[in-house]
Amino acid sequence: MATVSPHRVRPGRGVELGLLVLALALGVAAYALVGLNVAGSLPTNIYGYSAGMVGLGVGLHVVMRLRAPYADPVILPATVALNGVGLAMIYRIDLANAASGDPTTFATRQLGWTAIGVILAAVVLVLLQDHRTLRRYTYTAMVVGLVLVVLPLVPGLGASINGARIWVYVGGQSLQPAELAKIALAVFFAGYLVTNRDTLTLAGPKVLGLQLPRIRDLGPILLVWAGSLAVLVLERDLGTSLLFFGVFVAMLYLATERLSWIVLGLVLFAGGAVVAAQAFPHVGARFDAWLNAFDDDVFARSPGGSGQLVRGLFGMANGGLFGTGWGRGRPDLVPYAESDFIVASLGEELGLTGLLAILLVYLVLVQRGLRTAIGVRDGFGKLLAGGLAFVVAFQCFVVVGGVTRLIPLTGLTMPFMAYGGSSLLANWVIVALLLRISDSARRPAPVVKGFVEPPPSTADHQKTQVLTGLEEARG
Amino acid sequence: MSELAVTLLRLGYLVLLWVFVLSAIGVLRHDLYGTKITSRGRKTTSPATGVPSVAPARDTSAPTKQPAAARRDGQPTRLVVTDGPLRGTTLPLTSSAILIGRAPSCTLVLDDDYSSSRHARIFPQGGQWFVEDLGSTNGTFLGSTKVEQPTLVPPGARVRIGQSVVELQK
Repeated sequence: MATVSPHRVRPGRGVELGLLVLALALGVAAYALVGLNVAGSLPTNIYGYSAGMVGLGVGLHVVMRLRAPYADPVILPATVALNGVGLAMIYRIDLANAASGDPTTFATRQLGWTAIGVILAAVVLVLLQDHRTLRRYTYTAMVVGLVLVVLPLVPGLGASINGARIWVYVGGQSLQPAELAKIALAVFFAGYLVTNRDTLTLAGPKVLGLQLPRIRDLGPILLVWAGSLAVLVLERDLGTSLLFFGVFVAMLYLATERLSWIVLGLVLFAGGAVVAAQAFPHVGARFDAWLNAFDDDVFARSPGGSGQLVRGLFGMANGGLFGTGWGRGRPDLVPYAESDFIVASLGEELGLTGLLAILLVYLVLVQRGLRTAIGVRDGFGKLLAGGLAFVVAFQCFVVVGGVTRLIPLTGLTMPFMAYGGSSLLANWVIVALLLRISDSARRPAPVVKGFVEPPPSTADHQKTQVLTGLEEARG
Repeated sequence: MSELAVTLLRLGYLVLLWVFVLSAIGVLRHDLYGTKITSRGRKTTSPATGVPSVAPARDTSAPTKQPAAARRDGQPTRLVVTDGPLRGTTLPLTSSAILIGRAPSCTLVLDDDYSSSRHARIFPQGGQWFVEDLGSTNGTFLGSTKVEQPTLVPPGARVRIGQSVVELQK
């Protein structure tokens, strides 16, 4: 592992405020343009909405000035921009649904969840003074994570929506506990790997030029593999299962720097996927819809057909290079255009140019997370920041890959954009943790003011046993 | 609203999006320039023999070439602790002997109540590595046989010292 530190660290709060203004402008302009292009006038609640977004963004900025003055200046604006653009698209889908006689209030609810998410992030920043505190709760995090994963299976509490049993109903709200479980499990993996990475680095047999780990050290990876397969079988959710296993393998690689873990992980995953595709019809249907998407039978089949996927592709093709403009496309023709297929909706209305810019914002966000991992000085922080950044990157890859038909479609959400409360809350907590770790990564070491030499005591003149032994040994 | 205004606003929004992305990337520019990289674990430890070096200049290049040569011959390049309190520790094998024990002057200092202060020595001779017990209380074992005299250590063989097990690896 190497540590990279800049020669001169500027706290960067001023830069952050500048970028934040741009990010808020992006969100508010998108919201206004949706109203202008769909109804011909500004949305009625544009001032309230703008005030809310500005208040939330600036509020978190002020909390950071007080509590994490050295945190990375790009993470918060990037997140606010993504959240704002996502909200505008959800509002746009709401308008389209209202026009087709099926009014929905996704945007209002998403705005509420954004407020809760930002407040939660501020609470994390205020309460968690040092990310190393989390290491004490390594095994607590494991238990919490596992309980959250198993929660949807509890009868009476869990619910099955569209075949996947990953929701729980609490007080009339449906939540996906797996979204929060990913944070708990990232904390557990970081704490576990930082203690055990020396053992896992030990070299075993060498096969085809690849240094494999020892057979007896394979226990943890097999355990996590079995766990994520259990999620796949019992909860029928490919995305969550893929995310947990992927995060573990990525953090194992971060901890040990051994390529063989990735190869092993890919082999295990491919084996599991092939078996699952043959044994479970719902997984097999996903593969079929991916490979034969343009087949008429597959397109028309419902559920499990490729209709949604292909409509999303048509939408993006309609958008072309520069898009149709906010409110000028028909993204609402795709089922779940506000959540699973928000990327296709954005691709249609902003075009390739806009979608690439959004993907770059994600790239910058993930890069800041990985850069934090390089900069921070303790192993736990390195692994946690790297793991959390990987969570965001992996979700983007799986969602965008699924929507663009690069890989089979899975049920993950696009971080910060897709409609969904649990996902938004979890991702804001991830951002808060990254900000906290980056604060300690960029904070300059305290200057030692004058070293006071302790007065000489009698102990200095006595020869200790060790010193005598040393002299004897040197002979 | 006229079609021209719609088009201008549409393109204007894309420009705003890219201005944001590029200014964020501009902030990151500082990461590429003006940073200091501290690499860990690549320390070049010079063998402390205690004997003043009288080697002429032509010999100075020999130790740097030696590990590469050793790798070609299939000779072990590092010593790995595979069991005991220091499990996972590795030491690069150079041309000098490795002293193992609890004394702070040892090359590999064991925190192990069952090992002696100067327990064993692993040294190269004629391109091969040997282990020698230095009169320890609990003995040194190669596999299951006790080491009574300098014994050849093949790569991958387990050398037990107190509670610790070390191996030579390629």
